[in-house]
Amino acid sequence: MMLRPRAFALEPLWARPFSIYALTPKTISFFIQVAGRGTAVLAGLEPGAPLTVWGPLGNAFAVEPEVRTLILAGGVGIAPFAAYAKSHPEPSRLSLVFGCRPPVAAYPYKEIAGIAAAEHFRERGPGDIETFIALLGERIRAFRDGLILACGPQPFLLTVKRLAREHGARLQISLENRMACGVGACLGCVTKAKVAGDSPEQAFANVQVCTKGPVFWADQIHLEGEEPWT
Amino acid sequence: MDLSVSFAGLTLKNPLLTASGTFGYGLEFVDYGDLRELGGIVVKGTSLTPRQGNPMPRVAETPAGMLNAIGLQNPGVETFLTDYLPRLPWRETAVIVNIYACDAAEFGELAGILAVEEGVAALEVNISCPNVKAGGIAFGQDPLMAAQVTEAVKKRAGNKPVIVKLSPNVTDIAALARACEVAGADALSLINTVSGMAVDVRRRKPRLANVIGGLSGPAIKPVALRCLHQARGAVKIPLIGMGGIASAEDVLEFILVGAHAVQIGTANFLRPDMSFRIARELPGACACFCVDSWESFRGSLIVEKG
Ligand SMILES: Cc1cc2nc3c(=O)[nH]c(=O)nc-3n(C[C@H](O)[C@H](O)[C@H](O)COP(=O)(O)OP(=O)(O)OC[C@H]3O[C@@H](n4cnc5c(N)ncnc54)[C@H](O)[C@@H]3O)c2cc1C
Ligand SMILES: Cc1cc2nc3c(=O)[nH]c(=O)nc-3n(C[C@H](O)[C@H](O)[C@H](O)COP(=O)(O)O)c2cc1C
Ligand code: FES
Repeated sequence: MMLRPRAFALEPLWARPFSIYALTPKTISFFIQVAGRGTAVLAGLEPGAPLTVWGPLGNAFAVEPEVRTLILAGGVGIAPFAAYAKSHPEPSRLSLVFGCRPPVAAYPYKEIAGIAAAEHFRERGPGDIETFIALLGERIRAFRDGLILACGPQPFLLTVKRLAREHGARLQISLENRMACGVGACLGCVTKAKVAGDSPEQAFANVQVCTKGPVFWADQIHLEGEEPWT
Repeated sequence: MDLSVSFAGLTLKNPLLTASGTFGYGLEFVDYGDLRELGGIVVKGTSLTPRQGNPMPRVAETPAGMLNAIGLQNPGVETFLTDYLPRLPWRETAVIVNIYACDAAEFGELAGILAVEEGVAALEVNISCPNVKAGGIAFGQDPLMAAQVTEAVKKRAGNKPVIVKLSPNVTDIAALARACEVAGADALSLINTVSGMAVDVRRRKPRLANVIGGLSGPAIKPVALRCLHQARGAVKIPLIGMGGIASAEDVLEFILVGAHAVQIGTANFLRPDMSFRIARELPGACACFCVDSWESFRGSLIVEKG
């Protein structure tokens, strides 16, 4: 969904993209981490403040009820998984590994832990990241015949993608590219994605994350900061 | 009031067009409004062959505006004609194709392909792109090159109106406007984006991978009005104004300075129904500012001579 408080006036100019955190017939909720100006304004809105909202845009994570599914979330990347876990037909097949820097209580971790097998890792100092990466590697290996879903910061996604490739696991990732129009028109949010049926030199094209994503099969996209394809 | 306008062989039900590159192919917006409410749609810059555009990041937010260096990503003219044009309501709303090429001959070739398409109402020539044969300087920065492109397109465009889109990144926009008029342009649209740059001090990097990009949005409206005013004084052909338009009152400002029509660009990113809203608000704004016909209002700016 794209959210733009009328309080933005001309500053910031663009709406900001967020995942749906919870949905009822009458309400829609977002879980928002303050990351800069736009999220700061959103966090400070008074009840009843006018907001321009459009969406939902694009796709969602795959639901495969028969398949053991591992959720990997980094920081606010946990937001889309609360609704995912709650609506999953076979939550007993779900596992979550959650990594964060602030205390875990700041995130909707418990909600998911009440439904699915869950573990969390808090990064407190240097060296912790290696331990976390080792844990991710172990879990990914254990789910190499299942389904893995990941959402989080770019370095986290790069690591998860590398580990999934090493273990031959099926992985979907949700990208958080900057968005301007949020309808697929401006081509400002694109990622390099494989396009079917093209010649090898045209194997990938720039595809809009806002409408064709944000979720992609990891082996179908080229992440920023990843080694070029061969 | 009758909101329709006729100029340069085009008849539009209202003077509102959407700006190239900010409205995709129109189809991205059909969930947010009825395309037939608009005077016309100017589609994304279209080239002879598909283009992947520039590396990411390609957009950055700036005060009251944005920078872009999309690099004219588009699927090429053939895909446009087979996959997009047939899905547009071109009988009811003018579809104007913005064209882009690396040399004058290629511009001519593109014009030739589009000239025979019933669904294409007019061509808008983007001359803000680099002329590969002239070492990469933009066609739009040199009156001679701008005239060459205009002629090349005009020669092949059949009976399609040719609109040349001017860049503000020049010393003398009046000279460019005159050169295009003499070369046969049926109308001019202005302005394209203003060359600009933004940097991130923390990461010590430019905010665009391309380093330099084009500034658009409300921040450039004064530049756009100034360019329109200078071009108005220089040529007789109709002008299409754009740059930062975000309300019906902004539309009237451009018509007051002398535009026959306007384009809405970056404002489409504030909310996807923006162009449709402005179309619905325009009659009220005309009433509010006592505008009773485009003919009497257009160019009626009162400039006191001191
Ligand atoms: C599909 C999608 C779903 C999302 N879901 C959620 C959600 O549920 N909850 C949530 O809290 N956030 C979510 N985000 C992220 C959220 O949109 C951004 O945090 C927000 O747009 C930041 O806006 P801001 O104005 O606060 O920050 P800004 O002031 O715009 O930026 C703050 C700082 O972060 C950097 N930055 C911000 N975004 C990016 C980026 N994408 N890439 C690189 N640098 C960046 C800026 O350069 C700047 O230094 C989602 C993003 C996407 C694309
Ligand atoms: C993301 C983006 C893409 C654009 N692509 C094109 C293009 O393909 N061809 C073109 O002639 N102008 C292009 N423009 C320029 C706009 O059509 C317009 O001239 C300019 O943005 C000024 O108007 P605005 O301030 O209302 O956006 C683009 C602008 C933006 C913001
Ligand atoms: S945000 Fe404009 S195309 Fe995705």
